Amino acid sequence: MEDRSKLSISERIEQKTKGSGSSSFMEKLMPAVFLLCAIISILTTLGIVFTLLFETVTFFRGVPFADFFASTEWYPFFSEPQYGIWPLVNGTLLVAGIAMMVAIPFGLGAAIYLSEYASEKVRKTVKPVLEVLAGIPTIVYGFFALTFVTPILRAVIPGLDVFNALSPGIIIGVMIIPMIASLSEDAMSSVPNSIREGAFALGATRMEVTVKVVLPAALSGVIASFVLGISRAIGETMIVSVAGGASPGMGIDPTGAVQTMTAYIVQVVKGDAGFGTPIYYSIYAVGMTLFVFTLAMNLLAHYISRRFREDY
Amino acid sequence: MKFADTTVSNERYEENTQRLSKRHIWNKAFKGICFGAMAFSILMLIVLLIRILTQGIGFLSWDLIVNFASRNAEDAGMLAALAGTIWLMVVAAPLSFVLGVGTAVYMEEYAPVNRFTKLLQTNISNLAGVPSVVFGLLGLTIFNRLLGLGASVLAGGLTLSLLVLPIIVVASREAINAVPTDVKQASYAMGATKWQTIFRIVIPTSLPGILTGTILALSRAIGETAPILVIGALTYVASTPSDLFSNFTAMPVQIYDWTGRPQEEFQNIAAAGIIIILLMLFFMNSIAVFIRTKFQKRF
Repeated sequence: MEDRSKLSISERIEQKTKGSGSSSFMEKLMPAVFLLCAIISILTTLGIVFTLLFETVTFFRGVPFADFFASTEWYPFFSEPQYGIWPLVNGTLLVAGIAMMVAIPFGLGAAIYLSEYASEKVRKTVKPVLEVLAGIPTIVYGFFALTFVTPILRAVIPGLDVFNALSPGIIIGVMIIPMIASLSEDAMSSVPNSIREGAFALGATRMEVTVKVVLPAALSGVIASFVLGISRAIGETMIVSVAGGASPGMGIDPTGAVQTMTAYIVQVVKGDAGFGTPIYYSIYAVGMTLFVFTLAMNLLAHYISRRFREDY
Repeated sequence: MKFADTTVSNERYEENTQRLSKRHIWNKAFKGICFGAMAFSILMLIVLLIRILTQGIGFLSWDLIVNFASRNAEDAGMLAALAGTIWLMVVAAPLSFVLGVGTAVYMEEYAPVNRFTKLLQTNISNLAGVPSVVFGLLGLTIFNRLLGLGASVLAGGLTLSLLVLPIIVVASREAINAVPTDVKQASYAMGATKWQTIFRIVIPTSLPGILTGTILALSRAIGETAPILVIGALTYVASTPSDLFSNFTAMPVQIYDWTGRPQEEFQNIAAAGIIIILLMLFFMNSIAVFIRTKFQKRF
């Protein structure tokens, strides 16, 4: 056996480096592995876009492009099917509109209270509770809307259908409250205290500080949270599938049944539409429309929060 | 003149006092309104939980867990759905964990500042905003049809792991970012290579945060109904999945099926099923909170 103490330092370094051949292999391999993981997320996006695009093009081979955008009738199950997207868009926007009428005032109110009025103790208790509200599966909200909220609304509003836009709209709003509250609260909390104190020193009440100083300063974040909320409301599926009904139409009466884009997709996949039929491909055209809507909203929110941010 | 002046300022003073008290009243009212908004949200949560508990608790039984779905509400159970959900998690958990943590390590430790990295960031935040039903369409086309997996547990699990990937990436990046630079530099100073530092220092240190994020992501996956429905999960299955290629149903799908039936008995067992799924979520969240408070290192 070789006596190691007789080796020169440079020889020993060489020996060491040879011994760690496997680790230098890992050194080269692992960045590639991690990069591969990261690329999969990009492939997912590409997969979504190309899937939707490809199948939508197939759909438009059977259905004229003009019908899809010009017709205001959506009757895919009739013997002479009509594929005008607008009734589904109308239903989607109606439900989302109702949801935002609930989510914006309550979400913003909660955010203001938590950010400006509440003590640290209250904030630390309430925020996890709101997280619980956000973590409840949407099917549970759907069940709640259909079996609890709808009967109550029907007792109050005569003429309300069993399936209607109002009940799922309200419940989607409740579901979105935590998101708006949390994002708006973040925006308002990041307004520096020195600005608040300046307003207090001029004799402003807490409400005046909030409405005239903090809210304008945090406006970009607050508006961005509203836009993200709309995006969530548009993409919400199970609540409207359970409680909203399946009657696409151009009406804006919230007491009647509607159908949203998401609910239509669920209706079709539940009903075993044969592969290759126009109805099968129609869910991709609807999915594409839905994707474009939500993507536009998300990009808009991103733009607002970056472009109009007040930096301190 | 002096006399008149005093009257004016007295009047002003009184006016101001009145205005001030009005402003204070407004302030109180505003505070009340904002408190009401917050209280409403919490109240809705309480009402929802109480309603589901009171409706479903009487229908919780052992039969519900060990029976398969049935046309009779009295015999109906969710064994197939329970097993399906567990199978989905067995597929989705390791996959989304590896992909999510890998992406996060790349972005935090390796990624150079260039357009690709920026694209990666924008991409992740946009993926998080894609509606889950659209992920279902992706799964239906790619996994179900193109790869020929059919409406199998594997197709469902793959779809769910892509769906929750952004959540894990964001949580893991935050956790990795919180590892202080001096700890890493100490590792380099001891002669460790980059990979050794990541594997032995960065990942172990950030593991509590990563695990918490993963558990929260999986609890989101458990409750997802729409993507599972779209890739073709069945509502009536009378067997538990035997392998990755079996057809399946999952708990939210089963609850959806029961909710949609006109008979009230089915809605009662739907409520009981919801109690079970909420208990599972509560359990998972408790583990996440436990890990966060017990193991997270603060620097």
